[in-house]
Amino acid sequence: MEIQEFIEKFAEAIEVENVEALTAETKFRELEEWSSLSVMLIIAFFDEEFDKQVSDTMIRQAVIIQDLYNIVSA
Amino acid sequence: MAFLEVKHVAIKGVAAAVPMRKEYNKDFSKLSEEQLEQYIKTVGVHERRCAIHDGSLCTSDLCYEAAEKLLSELCWNREEIGLLVFVSHTQDYKLPSTACILQNRLGLPKETMAFDVPLGCSGFVYGLGITGSLVSHGLIKKALLLVGNTQSFYASPEDKSTALLFGDAGSAIALEYDEKQHESIKLHYQTDGAGYENLIVPDGGCRHPFNEHSADIEDFDEGIRRSRLHEKMDGGAVFTFAFFNVPKSLKALMKEYAIEAEKVDYLLLHQANQFMLDGIRKKLNFPQEKAPNNIDRFGNTSGTSIPLLMVTELRNPLKKLKLSHLCCGFGVGLSLGSAYFTTNHIVVPELIEVIQ
Repeated sequence: MEIQEFIEKFAEAIEVENVEALTAETKFRELEEWSSLSVMLIIAFFDEEFDKQVSDTMIRQAVIIQDLYNIVSA
Repeated sequence: MAFLEVKHVAIKGVAAAVPMRKEYNKDFSKLSEEQLEQYIKTVGVHERRCAIHDGSLCTSDLCYEAAEKLLSELCWNREEIGLLVFVSHTQDYKLPSTACILQNRLGLPKETMAFDVPLGCSGFVYGLGITGSLVSHGLIKKALLLVGNTQSFYASPEDKSTALLFGDAGSAIALEYDEKQHESIKLHYQTDGAGYENLIVPDGGCRHPFNEHSADIEDFDEGIRRSRLHEKMDGGAVFTFAFFNVPKSLKALMKEYAIEAEKVDYLLLHQANQFMLDGIRKKLNFPQEKAPNNIDRFGNTSGTSIPLLMVTELRNPLKKLKLSHLCCGFGVGLSLGSAYFTTNHIVVPELIEVIQ
């Protein structure tokens, strides 16, 4: 999957309204829509979309959207 | 490998009791309206039953009410009961075991085996395996399994992750030895102590004894404030544990005992949070109609959540039909238990609401 498609699906998973403003360098924790609940949404998203079992620890280490993309592309 | 098979034990009845008093999540003032709406939508809790924690209504009282009602409707002779197991993290005292106090309160014979099992969310399944195993020997013919928690006791009112989630409840399950009971109870257990800090009350035990700073309120991210006497929950870590291990455990149980999912009537999941429940149910391919929920009205009631589900959502089918159930309780420990059991026209009193 290309990074742009990933960004769109990521936005859908955590219900981000302004998708166009997102780039690979976006620090996702600074998004208005990001809350402590978002970690759950991301884990479920990675599992459903990429069949990838990712832990909350791995997500905690990610800073920008590119980092999340790298986790699922590994 | 921790599989168990309990033979010749029948579940004869289930009862549950909750405080009459409700707390409404929409009244929580520490989040913006938008954040609160998001929280309620994702976690799924609108209201919870909470005791006022002044010692006048404890878990033992809720379990007592449930047990009294159940014994009355079952018409059980108390002299025939030989075992009482109380599963809870909110015991009356640090010691003695609350089970001993309840043996006396319930008027059970002095020749009764009674003890506490300090577990939370996995408590019903652990209690079922422990109590069932003891009864299956055929010498103790009747047992009471009491599972409850007034865990809102541990929630800091300024910590959204627990204050908006924890509800209080107590339950009683009657188990009886029955040589003619051919459907065994099948169980699977898991423990991951590496995650012990993911759900913890830090101070007050022996490792970090109560001291003059234990009750100091500390500040954390996102405006959360709590002391070391409040329960701390790492939601992300608990979600990771449950989301992957619950389906794995249930699938392992079904494989070990050749249980066909299509023939199971109900999937009873510990009511941890709505988003997690939906995700786990989908991973197991169970339709919504087979997976009842009551988290919206009762919150997360720890070990009681499975018996509470049976009372609030399945009372009529349980009384009228022969049914098979898969269940899983998971959380604090980190601890997990899955079980398959059948019920056949059991006694299920109406939900008891206790006025404080």
